Amino acid sequence: MTVVFGVPLPAILGQLMLGLVNGSFYALLSLGLAVIFGLLGVVNFAHGAFYMLGAFAAYIGLQFLGVNYWCALLLAPLAVGLLGIVIERLFLRHLYQLDPLYGLLLTFGIALIAEGTMRGIFGASGKSYPVPESLQGGFNLGFMVLPIYRAWAVFASLTVCGLTWFLIERTRLGAMLRAATENARLVQAFGINVPLMVMTTYGAGVALAALAGVLAAPVTQVSPLMGSSLVIVVFAVVVIGGMGSIIGAIVSGLVLGMIEGLTKVIYPEASNIVVFVIMAVVLIWRPTGLFGRE
Amino acid sequence: MRAHTAIFVVLSILALIAPWLGLYPVFLMKLLCFAMFACAFNLLLGYTKMLSFGHAAYFGSSAYVTGWLATVHGWGTVESILGGVAVAMLLGLVIGAIAVRRQGIYFAMITLALSQLVFFVCLQANFTGGENGLQGIPRGTIFGVMALGRDRTMYYFVLAAFIAAFVFIRRIVHSPFGQVLNAIRANEPRAISLGYKVDRYKLVAFVLSASLAGLAGSLKALVLGFVTLSDVSQGTSGEVILMTLLGGSGTFLGPVVGAILVVTLQEYLSDVVGAWVSVIIGGIFVVCVITFRRGFVGEIQRRFASRAGELVKRAG
Repeated sequence: MTVVFGVPLPAILGQLMLGLVNGSFYALLSLGLAVIFGLLGVVNFAHGAFYMLGAFAAYIGLQFLGVNYWCALLLAPLAVGLLGIVIERLFLRHLYQLDPLYGLLLTFGIALIAEGTMRGIFGASGKSYPVPESLQGGFNLGFMVLPIYRAWAVFASLTVCGLTWFLIERTRLGAMLRAATENARLVQAFGINVPLMVMTTYGAGVALAALAGVLAAPVTQVSPLMGSSLVIVVFAVVVIGGMGSIIGAIVSGLVLGMIEGLTKVIYPEASNIVVFVIMAVVLIWRPTGLFGRE
Repeated sequence: MRAHTAIFVVLSILALIAPWLGLYPVFLMKLLCFAMFACAFNLLLGYTKMLSFGHAAYFGSSAYVTGWLATVHGWGTVESILGGVAVAMLLGLVIGAIAVRRQGIYFAMITLALSQLVFFVCLQANFTGGENGLQGIPRGTIFGVMALGRDRTMYYFVLAAFIAAFVFIRRIVHSPFGQVLNAIRANEPRAISLGYKVDRYKLVAFVLSASLAGLAGSLKALVLGFVTLSDVSQGTSGEVILMTLLGGSGTFLGPVVGAILVVTLQEYLSDVVGAWVSVIIGGIFVVCVITFRRGFVGEIQRRFASRAGELVKRAG
């Protein structure tokens, strides 16, 4: 058996795969965070809570309403995205003229409400969500067995990331979005409904988080606090990648997920903190982040 | 100014007789510890406009170190406290040096991420007792004679420390150094163009705030006799923000009022509503940010200021 760093190769590849799955969730989440920050100037602390709500929407759908995984994949982001739109209309839009710190504080409060509510109803313990039948089992790659569901989760996340990138960087709608990010008043003067765009963007960013939640539900436990520490890791990812960059968010999400996976094999005690350590190093070396501009 | 002095005198007298009014001394001491924590935090948010989203790191790590020194190594009370504060100071220096490289929202995210790092270290390190935390921390004696085991004696010790910290923060804010911080808060690019080494000022403010937060944490560890992971967690960082915001950031009494409100609320509500307490805390956050950004004390000060302004106008 091949051994690297005193660890058998299959173990490394297994953790790398797991890291890739986590990394694709990081990518989806930091992408949504970056899109929202770009247009609204709000750092969405509730992003982890929306991820959790996405997973819970899938769980509730399956347990109580008989909605299967594939429908949940579509319906849960839609429902959570609508909730996001309501929150934007009710609260966030009052804060655009103020210091961005208030947006962070407001969404922090919303995260507390969402997590507290789910804990009040469902308790703190994790619920398991079954892997859909059509995605059960695994491919035997010879050196390791690759669970089909994990491969699917990575594939689905990356596809959605790619589509979002395409939408923003290569379409007319994306061009308007980017223009509004640069100068919202000017774009509005051209007759484009910027408030509508802002509202939809927040909804879409939130829906991406919820989608990550549905994809994660069969891999991790569905629990009210599943997003609260994740969102801090995603913040670190976004600081590393540079807040303004879509590609930066996706790439650094994936890479950091894999580094985290590798750390689990080589030095497990550090796996929780490796992303934060990398963030500190990057900040000392390049304060604007790897892909960022001032 | 005379009104200010009167308020402080009345509050000091109230604080001195509070344990004799039938209020539970341990609860009062908890209030004082969190009030000190919030005042330390306010030095950053209120006077320098730096939102540290990870102040529990200094509060909690200092509490752990003090508890560890007092229980495992049998250090004296004052030495244990100083040891804890020294660690908080060092931690503030390292994290602050990294975080002040970025401003505003990035500063908040970086302090949050690095405090999460501290949390995981506390979770995994041996000396913190992991999930169980540290228990049975002795209060010891000070100056060789005063045993702090009695709640009322301990109360006056904590009160003295709180007043010292409060006066110290007031002194900092009104010093030339504090004026520079105020200039940075009002217009950072301008302060830079006036030749101030802004990053260095911010770092000193950060270290001061972290040390005082550490002092609050150490005292809390001695008062309650235990330290748990929640002292160093994101939730505690959020609570101190809420205290400062609710009471009024940038005012001297605001954080004290906020700490009293939030701690009292938690003390009484957690028995009644259980897990829903975080929903209520979150709700207060939302209301505060949307409609009540000055906080209680800030709002009162503004009312008084505008009435005084009207009187001046009418007289003129």
